[in-house]
Amino acid sequence: MTEEFDGTRSVDAESIPQPISPRTLDTTGLQALIDALAWRGYTVIGPTVSGGAIVNAPIRTLDDLPRGWGDAQEAAHYRLRRRDDDAFFGFAAGAQSAKPVFFPTDELLWRGRRTRGEFTVEPESDDGSTAATAGQGPYALLGVRSCDLHAIAIHDRVLTGRVQADAHYTARREEAFIVSVSCTDPGGTCFCVSMGTGPRPEGGARARFDLSLTELLDGGVHRFVVEVGSERGADVLSDISALPAPIDDLAAADGVATSAAGRMGRTLDTDGLKELLYTSVESPRWDDVASRCLACTNCTMVCPTCFCTTVHDVSDLTGEVAERHRVWDSCFDSDFSYIHGGTVRDSTKSRYRQWMTHKLGSWIDQFGTSGCVGCGRCITWCPAAIDITAEAAALRGVPQPARPF
Amino acid sequence: MGSIADFQPGGAATLTRPDPMLPRPFRVHRVHQDTRDTYTLELEPTDGAPLAWLPGQFTMLHAFGVGEAPISISGDPSRPDRIEHTIRNVGSVTAALVAAGPGTVLGVRGPFGTGWDVGTGRGGDVVVVAGGIGLAPLRPAILELIAHRADYDRVVLLYGARTPEDILFTDDLRAWAERDGIIVEVTVDNGQHAWRGRVGFVTQLVTRAGFDAVRALGLICGPEVMMRYAAQALSDRGVRPERLRLSMERNMKCGVGLCGHCQLRELFLCVDGPVLGYDQLAPLMSRAEL
Amino acid sequence: MQTIAQYLPEHPFFAGLDDATIDLLAGCAVNIHVRADEFLFHEGTPADHFYLLRHGRIAIEVRTPGPPMVLDTVEDGDVVGWSWVVPPYLWTFDGRAVTDVSAVAFDAACLRIKCLANPLLGYDLMMRFVRLMNQRLQSARVRLIDMYGGTQTHG
Repeated sequence: MTEEFDGTRSVDAESIPQPISPRTLDTTGLQALIDALAWRGYTVIGPTVSGGAIVNAPIRTLDDLPRGWGDAQEAAHYRLRRRDDDAFFGFAAGAQSAKPVFFPTDELLWRGRRTRGEFTVEPESDDGSTAATAGQGPYALLGVRSCDLHAIAIHDRVLTGRVQADAHYTARREEAFIVSVSCTDPGGTCFCVSMGTGPRPEGGARARFDLSLTELLDGGVHRFVVEVGSERGADVLSDISALPAPIDDLAAADGVATSAAGRMGRTLDTDGLKELLYTSVESPRWDDVASRCLACTNCTMVCPTCFCTTVHDVSDLTGEVAERHRVWDSCFDSDFSYIHGGTVRDSTKSRYRQWMTHKLGSWIDQFGTSGCVGCGRCITWCPAAIDITAEAAALRGVPQPARPF
Repeated sequence: MGSIADFQPGGAATLTRPDPMLPRPFRVHRVHQDTRDTYTLELEPTDGAPLAWLPGQFTMLHAFGVGEAPISISGDPSRPDRIEHTIRNVGSVTAALVAAGPGTVLGVRGPFGTGWDVGTGRGGDVVVVAGGIGLAPLRPAILELIAHRADYDRVVLLYGARTPEDILFTDDLRAWAERDGIIVEVTVDNGQHAWRGRVGFVTQLVTRAGFDAVRALGLICGPEVMMRYAAQALSDRGVRPERLRLSMERNMKCGVGLCGHCQLRELFLCVDGPVLGYDQLAPLMSRAEL
Repeated sequence: MQTIAQYLPEHPFFAGLDDATIDLLAGCAVNIHVRADEFLFHEGTPADHFYLLRHGRIAIEVRTPGPPMVLDTVEDGDVVGWSWVVPPYLWTFDGRAVTDVSAVAFDAACLRIKCLANPLLGYDLMMRFVRLMNQRLQSARVRLIDMYGGTQTHG
């Protein structure tokens, strides 16, 4: 087994000489952080309000952030709502995770030319730039939730820690800067506590960050406790004036995390879940969920750990130039499992069973952790209001309360 | 060409390993038509660097501008300068591959997957059960057995084809039986009057074959239904499930465990397979649509 | 060569039968030899025998406007023929010796009468033939899906 990509360019968090104590930044300091990152050449990506949802986009100033916006999430339900405060990060999981930044929906793998019976293949450039991302990296991500940090680490393992590392992914990950935030206001579909992935970014091998913020709005100055997670993070922080965080702020940050942990919208009992799924192949519950599932693939699109792709081979009109693209795919797609003679997973039932068994079960055998980080996006964005936590509980035989929707 | 240069340690790829996502050009040296829809292509690398491969492995063969298909290597492992692929024309990509005449350049990615690991059968009998084109991925294993014939006791090949006209490698079958000490039993699903051999399903050959099941190694390849029945028949004869190997097939796109298509529960068939033990496969083959 | 009465008990098809039944069966049986390409039975003719093949190969064939098609072959040690069990007791296919054949031919017409008189014997024999028919039916059914040439194949 090969070494896991550790997400930072230099030393890992445990060996930073002298732990750097947390600092405090006010809102001016937050702008200074964004500026410092931009000055160093990063394209800063953060949450923005667009089309009635929180979506990641390039940001430059605090005005680009969703100041004063919160959200209401339930199965098949997502709405933004106005908060009665000025919080910049007062919402739960946005519509998309960090996944599309490092793992684009469309990636050019190679271009080939055919001349007089020979063909040559030109790999894409080694720095990871492709037609889709040329000139736009490196990226600094601002506002990454703990669940999504864990998802990034899971993707690192899937995409770089097995037989073959994805070179483009590796390059983008290496050069990226991550500023995570502790959740202050978890949503109706959140269950990171059940999955051990939040609500507070802990650092360490499974949740690396360069810097992590906890927003404090307690009647005093609107400020952020900043924790340092890497040498690179310390380096950037040194560009900004930030005073050491007072003890009360550290306690307040702890309080934010504790409070958020107590307000999860969902729970998932993971005890023996893999074995349960492996032995529930014939459960009638699958027919029940199949009667609701549209196989629309929304869940796989918004899931921060789904990684399935397919390839598209295209050629120009002369047939002399061909390109191979890698594009996102979904196991819910009807010909995902097609082999000559038929499709192995033909029914929606078998496809839903595959997705859930993989995410919560076989992923553990493959990669050593669950594939689910409890972000709740699959529940929020399912048009049929299918809830993975309810399905797991139903398989266990636990009666489910009716939910209004 | 095709190697990734200059990126930081920490990833799995190294400077010396070529990028498995990039096809290497191979030129078609020879095409032999085996049956009405099956052809064997002999390929040689345009840069001269031979492909190192093991019996049971496959490559992704690329027809420029058309697409790729996973095809098992069917040639002689002791001759890496030319690699053979036996291809059945069943779709647009395989049609393009079998139509590639001598001199055409095809792309090759791989080799990928686990091999038959024939050597673990030393000192005992080896029973090979092939159905249809399943004989092609087994041919390198048989050639390896023959190359080290003295290391094995009885070697039995049980082969089922659709009709007498669909029997592959007829010259090899004869040589193996007459010259190389292999017991070869062939059956067809149905035949015309002129066929003097057996007619019946290949698993019927298993009950009659003479071999010492307890120490035997079983290698099975063919359509999944056939493999399931053959594995059951060999298991009923007393061959231990962990000594029974099947070559499984699923949709494949990348060949390196990244695209997710070839998963059979927790197994990625391009990395953990395609050759797998029946002890591991039996529960996964017993349910529909897994 | 063994007598029929000595040969039958060693054969898996007749395993477990007592001596009296073996003698009864042997009493209804004769050794036959058929040359290659000669027929043992024809479609539509009375099925008054079944055969235990000692050496050789028999093809179960069906006549067509073109060349006959071979549906099954019978090998050393196999039993062939159960049309004697099912009214109207007529062979449904042709049986042709592919090689020179030596076989034990059982007088089924005689055995039908004996089975009527001795239901226990009848039941025992029928169960053996049901097992044989089951094997042949499974083999025929799985070949019907045409897995090599039709919809399923291996890479």
